[in-house]
Order: sequence, then structure tokens, then C-alpha cells
Amino acid sequence: MEPDAPDEAPADEPPPTPPLAGGEIVYRHRWPTRLWHWLNALAVFVLLMSGLMIFNAHPRLYWGKYGANPDHAWLQIGGDAERGHVLIGPLDIPTTGLLGHWTDSNGQIQTRAFPSWATIPSGYNLAGARSWHFLFAWLLFVPGLLFWTISVLNRHFRRDLAPTREELAPRHIWRDIRNHARLRFPTGAEARDYNILQKLSYLGVIFLLLPLMVLTGLAMSPGMDAGWPWLLDLFAGRQSARSIHFIVAMLLLGFILVHLLMVVLAGPINEVRSMITGRYVLPREKRP
Amino acid sequence: MSGRITRRQALVSLGTGGMLLSGCDRIGGSPAFQAVQSGAQDLTRGVQRLVVDRTALAPEFRASDLSPVFRTNGNAMPDSPAYRAHLESGFAQWRLAIDGLVSRPLSLSLAQIRRLPARTQITRHDCVEGWSAIGKWTGVPLKLLLDGAGLRREARYIVFHCADDFGGTPYYESIDLIDAFHPQTILAWGMNDRILPVGHGAPLRLRIERQLGYKQAKFVMRVEAVDRLDRIGLGKGGFWEDNSGYQWYAGI
Repeated sequence: MEPDAPDEAPADEPPPTPPLAGGEIVYRHRWPTRLWHWLNALAVFVLLMSGLMIFNAHPRLYWGKYGANPDHAWLQIGGDAERGHVLIGPLDIPTTGLLGHWTDSNGQIQTRAFPSWATIPSGYNLAGARSWHFLFAWLLFVPGLLFWTISVLNRHFRRDLAPTREELAPRHIWRDIRNHARLRFPTGAEARDYNILQKLSYLGVIFLLLPLMVLTGLAMSPGMDAGWPWLLDLFAGRQSARSIHFIVAMLLLGFILVHLLMVVLAGPINEVRSMITGRYVLPREKRP
Repeated sequence: MSGRITRRQALVSLGTGGMLLSGCDRIGGSPAFQAVQSGAQDLTRGVQRLVVDRTALAPEFRASDLSPVFRTNGNAMPDSPAYRAHLESGFAQWRLAIDGLVSRPLSLSLAQIRRLPARTQITRHDCVEGWSAIGKWTGVPLKLLLDGAGLRREARYIVFHCADDFGGTPYYESIDLIDAFHPQTILAWGMNDRILPVGHGAPLRLRIERQLGYKQAKFVMRVEAVDRLDRIGLGKGGFWEDNSGYQWYAGI
């Protein structure tokens, strides 16, 4: 090929491809992402529910270095024979039937904070819950660290998750929020990449929430506090770390619920298959 | 693909959730899975020992950090008549025994113990349930007592026998030699600048600052050096370890 032939296209232009209209199968998730997704799903499921059982052992949260029954709790879940409620600061939120006052499978009223269907083990068992929690903490940590490493090396973070400057423009984000609210999801070529709300939520989970879970978890360990006292400085005390651990767990729960809702709305079979085989069928434009 | 969820699908998925849960209880009750769980905690302890220096100190706090009220927990008053008698006489006849695998078994009065060099530390007490309280503890470093008694080569653990019990089963705890010789491991006779109150374990309470509250044995009567734990109590190294499945290593 003559480099300076006047009527040739520049060498760096990609070969022309037909535009993606929807219906095409694209390879969307590589194996490290898929494997990590399912290991993480299992780990988070067990960690969340065993964590709620651990919370049941002392259903009060504090800020600062210390915090016990005589001290002021900023959040408290409890109940009696009449009702259950969540106390957050000055708020008294009735939760009868759900938290602090609920009926177990034998028809008995229980006044523990989280009901047995939400905890592992289902009955009150702090030692058992701790055993589950500390086993699955490894399943969160080790594959998470490997996923991080691999995703830096194979440029997954940079290529697929890093937002572009245009995507970060408030107008673009606002449009994406409106489209999500109207349940109008991208189709065709647009659906091949993550949209900005997906990118921001995945980045938030991977780089903020999950590391916060691990670090606040470590900060609650009296053994780790001796070796790494900076953990306590980072979170302003063990009881603050415990509060942050709980808040971030609730944020992760919120993420998972929205994530599951989006999977259902966007086509659960296609979405779940893509996370198993990696192959994803680009959605077609919906005809009115 | 229709994205609509029928009521039937919803019920099926709820049922699946229920099955998953009862499945978790069944898995959690199986000895093989418990062995995996306990292996994970051994791994955690191993990694902690790797990244945390053996002599690393638990954080110490300022007087302004003290909990305004330090709640009591566990037994606040031992039931035994012998203990009551000691309490009434101000522990005048009480003796701490240090025996087991030692060259020179000791029997020390409270006055003798209080005359020994003492360490004072403001530390955080973390209950396994999740709460924390900061208190000031004064007592004799366990190392001094163990050096005085002379540990024999076979000794691997230190067991603390207590005056209190739960439903007739005596309380006890045990630690390894790494924690036994740690500079912050003391037998405390003072708390918050006063004589240790009964609710917090008078006359002597173990402070082992890098582990959880259930290791901080109260009402310590006897310190025994042993080479194995399986011949004491139900063999798991402590009352809660024996009776409720709590982990022997409570640094997590």
C-alpha cells in the first residue's frame, strides 16, 4: 500500500463495521468478572445475613472509641411484647412485624432486632454467626483482591468502568437518571457498554464500599488493632468503625436490591446468561 | 422475554429462600462444615500472628477517654460460700495458687501481689456481642508471676480457674504463652484508680488486651501451667468455648 496515496483512507481508521442494531451477540463479561461475581454473590449473601445475627447480639450503634448500654446509641433496634421499633436519633420508626417484634415459624412473638428469616443461623447463635462470618470474609477478601489485580492488569477498570469526561457532564448524568426512571434502557450499540450510572455504582462498590467493609471489619478486631492502630485513627474509634460497617452493609444491600431489580427489568435471562457464559444479546429498539 | 413476575414465581422464590436458609442451618450444624469454619479462624489467627508483632501493644487511651460507666457482664457475684467468706474478710485469708507445670509452685496473698511491681494501662474492653468500654486497670504483669514460679519446658498454655460458675459449671479460661508473656497481660487488682470491685472480678481479674471480653477471666483463684487443654473442662480451653462454641482465639 502506498503510504501517501491521496485517495486512500488514513491507516489508523478502523475497518467499517455495520452499526449494531440490537439482536447481535457480544462477548460482554470475561471470566475473572464472571467468577468473581458469583463468588461475591455467595460471600455477600452469607456475610450480610450472619452479620445481621451478630448485630442482634447487641442491636445498638455508637460513635466514638467506646459504646455500651449506659452510653448514647445513635441507632437502636428493639421491641417488647407490644411493638417493635427502630430508634435513629430523635426518630422513632415503628417496625412491628419486621424488626424488634416479629412472629417466628412456631407462631411465637420474638423481640430480637432482625427476624430469623434474615439471619444465619436463623436462631440466636452468636458463636455460629461469627464462624460463618469469618469464613466467608475470606471469600470476600481473597477473590476480591485477585479481581482487583486482574482488572488492573487486563485494563478492565480503565476500559469498561472509567467514565469519560462527557459521561461525567451533569447534563449527561441527568439524562441517564431520567432514562432509568422511565425504565428506558439503552439498546443496540449503546447497550454494549456500561452506562454512567452503572459505571458510578460499580466503581463505588468496588473502590469504596467493599474496601470500607474490609477495613472497618478489621478495625473491630482487638488483635488487628494492636498491629494496625491506624485502623482506629482512620475510623475514629472501634465503635465508629462498627457503625460504618453496618451503614455500608445497608448501602450494599441497597445496591443489591436495585441491581436485582434492574436485572429483572432489563431481561433476566439475557442478563444472567451473560454473567454465566459471558455472551450478551444486545437489546433491540422497542417498537411502540 | 417477559419481565413480569407472577405471584407464583414470587412464592417459589420465597420458598427457595426459606430452603436456602434452613439449608444454611443444616450446613452450619454439620461437623465437617464446622471444621472448615474453624480452619478459617485458624487461618485468621495465623495471618494475625504474621502481620501483628508478638509484642505489639493494644492501643492505650487517655483518662479523658474512659467510659463514664463501665458496665459489668457475666457473673457479677460468685455463688460459692468460700468466695463469700473471702469477700467478708476482705480476702485476708485468700491465696492465689500458681502451679501445674512450674518448678516452684507459688501461693501468694493479695497483699503480696499488690506489693509486686504493677502496670497501669487504660485499655478498651470489647465484648464479643459488640460493645466496648474503656477502663483503667492496675495489676501485676503475669510474666513476673510465671518467671517467679519458673515455667517448665513442657508448659504451653496458662489456665485461669475462677471462683464463679454458670449453673454449677465453673468458669475458666486459657491463653497461649505468646499472650501470657505479653507486656500488657496483667492480673488486675485495681480498676479506675480503686480496688477492683466485685462486679468486675475482685480480687483478681485477667487482662489480656488483644482479645475479646470472654477471655478476661474474673475472680481468678488459680493459675495453672499445662501442656494441653483437652483434659480441662470439656477440653476446648474455656467455659464459653466448651459450652457455646465460641472460638478459643478471641483476637478476631
